[in-house]
Amino acid sequence: MKSLIHITSEKLDPQLAVDLVNYPACGGIVTFVGTVRDQTKGKRVLKLEFEAYEPMALKEMQKIADEAKAKFGVEHVLIHHRIGVVAIGEEAVVIGVSSPHRKEAFQACEYCIDTLKLTVPIWKKEFFEDGEVWVSAHP
Amino acid sequence: MKQGIEMIEVKVIAFGIAKDILQTKEHFLSIQRSSSIADLRESLINEFPAFEGLSSLQFAVNEDYVEEDYIINEKDEVVLIPPVSGG
Repeated sequence: MKSLIHITSEKLDPQLAVDLVNYPACGGIVTFVGTVRDQTKGKRVLKLEFEAYEPMALKEMQKIADEAKAKFGVEHVLIHHRIGVVAIGEEAVVIGVSSPHRKEAFQACEYCIDTLKLTVPIWKKEFFEDGEVWVSAHP
Repeated sequence: MKQGIEMIEVKVIAFGIAKDILQTKEHFLSIQRSSSIADLRESLINEFPAFEGLSSLQFAVNEDYVEEDYIINEKDEVVLIPPVSGG
């Protein structure tokens, strides 16, 4: 049984965002899958590499899941993040939220991805044909 | 009698672009005993001016974010958190 909060260097399985939060009391599951785009501001991206401060990242991801449940009353939250080199089109992050009703699940899912991007200590490096850059590092 | 300033060596651990700036994953920074995170930030920027160019720089101790007024313990490992970009 895979855990709901997970960081891995292996390929993510988006189906888990449905299967692991699917409970009889929940009539709605909302998932978000973030994949690697082939360009940034018109510049061709070759691949991405993610680095995590893993113990803290897991703690922050758990906090987000707990906050989502407290704020929106959803029942189950899954957050899986990939680290290491990730190819174009592959999943970088997968989120799954289940709730008795859909509205709260939509809100909670958006809250989870938005907050993850602000607080979880994970860093993304973009590789271009002419160099590499840590995303958002400079203003 | 004037007391000497007591310095301590604090281990800082870097990720992402912070690691590139330090050119190493771990670095020992010499700071005054009872320094705060704000003091450490100043020492760090003095030694590595490139940190000033970042969009933000946060700090963590014991796997939690700490504020500017957090007083650093000699045994603390201070983790540098440059702008995060997960997802």
